[in-house]
Amino acid sequence: MDVLRSHREERLAATTADRAGLTLGSLARPHRTLWRDAWHRLIANRLALAGGIVVVLIALMAIFAPLIAPYPYDKPNYSAVSQFPNRDFPMGTDLTGRDVLSRMIYGAQVSMLVGLGAQVIVFLIGVPIGALSGYTAGKVDTILMRFVEVMYAFPQLLFVILIMAALGRGLQNIFIAIGVTGWVTIARLTRAEFLSIREKDYIQAARAAGASPWRLITRHMLPNALTPIIVALTFGVPEAIFTEAGLSFIGVGINPPRPSWGQMVGEYYIYLQSYWYLALFPAIAIALLMMSFTFFGNGLRDALDPRMQQR
Amino acid sequence: MGQFILRRLVWLVPTLLAISLVTFVVMHATPGSPLQPMAANANPLPPAAQQNLARKWGLDKPLHIQYLTFLKNALRGDFGTSYVYKTSTVTEILARTFPVSLHLGLMALLLAVCVGIPLGILAAVNQNGPIDYLCSFVATLGVAVPNFVLAIFLIVVFVLGAGVIPRTGGWNSPVDWILPTIALGLGPLGILARYTRSSMVEVMRQDYMRTAQAKGLGPRSVVLGHALKNGLLPPLTILGPMTAAVGTGSFFVETLFRVPGMGRFFAESMLARDYPMIMAIILLYGIFLAVMNLVVDLCYSVLDPRIRLT
Repeated sequence: MDVLRSHREERLAATTADRAGLTLGSLARPHRTLWRDAWHRLIANRLALAGGIVVVLIALMAIFAPLIAPYPYDKPNYSAVSQFPNRDFPMGTDLTGRDVLSRMIYGAQVSMLVGLGAQVIVFLIGVPIGALSGYTAGKVDTILMRFVEVMYAFPQLLFVILIMAALGRGLQNIFIAIGVTGWVTIARLTRAEFLSIREKDYIQAARAAGASPWRLITRHMLPNALTPIIVALTFGVPEAIFTEAGLSFIGVGINPPRPSWGQMVGEYYIYLQSYWYLALFPAIAIALLMMSFTFFGNGLRDALDPRMQQR
Repeated sequence: MGQFILRRLVWLVPTLLAISLVTFVVMHATPGSPLQPMAANANPLPPAAQQNLARKWGLDKPLHIQYLTFLKNALRGDFGTSYVYKTSTVTEILARTFPVSLHLGLMALLLAVCVGIPLGILAAVNQNGPIDYLCSFVATLGVAVPNFVLAIFLIVVFVLGAGVIPRTGGWNSPVDWILPTIALGLGPLGILARYTRSSMVEVMRQDYMRTAQAKGLGPRSVVLGHALKNGLLPPLTILGPMTAAVGTGSFFVETLFRVPGMGRFFAESMLARDYPMIMAIILLYGIFLAVMNLVVDLCYSVLDPRIRLT
């Protein structure tokens, strides 16, 4: 079968390369750091590169929204109500005459902020708890794992909605809701990494040399656990964007009149039959941004851990 | 085997107790009250009416009494009357809507299993070939396109554009079933395809696969006879939670296609603080999840005799 054959050939090629490396020594190849190496693999991956470029473009659009947007996002214009896409309004106007394109441009701010910002919160909560749990591997660990089991028994959407209903609408509260529900995955991952790292010889050596627990965790264990955590955070970005879009769709996310793509889909989908463009454009935008982040995340994972490639 | 099932079912009791207690505490500890719902365009009630309602629903009693009363009634299968749909009991509402959601969910799951798993297998067999790229594209699409976005696309293309499907809404004829099933099924399909592919690739690197080839078996019997059994175990694991999530209805898909299922209660009952409804759907979800995980474990032991159920 060709799968096995190609795999065997790969391994064969690897051994000859090793031998060549032995004879020529390390002078044959310039020294590269892990990050340089990963960067080269990342930009060689076309899909990941395309995803990254789209993400950067949308980020720029979000940052410069006040300069780019042709109209204000919240001012109704009753002389141009529910117009189909035309020269003045490339994406049309909604039922109160607000320009859809301008609302889309401002909506990018929310998606970008939530997608990236929520990961910061998830990181700040999940990594310390996971690290503590994996480092001690004792009572804290048992409690955490029980807690995680209970968390997984709930439908996730329910929890997020409950928090939003309690805190009220707004960008800040979306951060909190996603952070409070999303840290569990990162904590579990960090814990698993720490559990395997703490058994490594170099940790024993560092401990024998008198390193304090704080130094052990921050200088020796965390750097080695960071790669899978970064990859998981990258995959958390489209999830957070999805959660925000879903919440705003339901009407408990962003605070109107501030537009978000999810809020626009939720507000406009009832007019789908007559004004299909209203809900379609933000829907495309959500899909585009989430796919770009996913492709970029895939590329990043392959670049940071070549062994994981094509698995 | 029988003992294993029995023990797991007995374990379900403390789990459900924990779930219901946590829900109860969180529900009451967070700001907001069913007497003063925070849903948009809800009218504020005068204090006297609030007191009367509180007395009627037993919300004026101490919390532990409320919880014990809930437990006592729930054990008899009585979850009370919905605070929002005041004329029907929670049990009636769920008996009407849950079968619809389950029906939709099972069809979506069937789609995901029947397309996703073969796609993953074919991708693993033809690594880096066109089918492999198709598989990873579909998998990414399934993970990265939210189902409400997909639903909008489907409606615009098939209902408004091509006119292949005459209408959306309702749940009476198979025509109504097609689009919601696709919208709900693509996500699980992508996840299953990716899982199947990666576990099949892993299995096909094993030594016993080379042995099977060395014995002179053809590619078909190597894959179907030897690789499949081990390769399908990881995708099987995620089928449990997946069934629970898909089978209890999706708020978005059911709202957009106006399917009369229970999905909308996941958002609605939360916003309206419909306590009896929240408790009932969380417990329903919990039971469903636990039972599905049990079924998956049983399938596991059938597929892989090395796994002993204890």
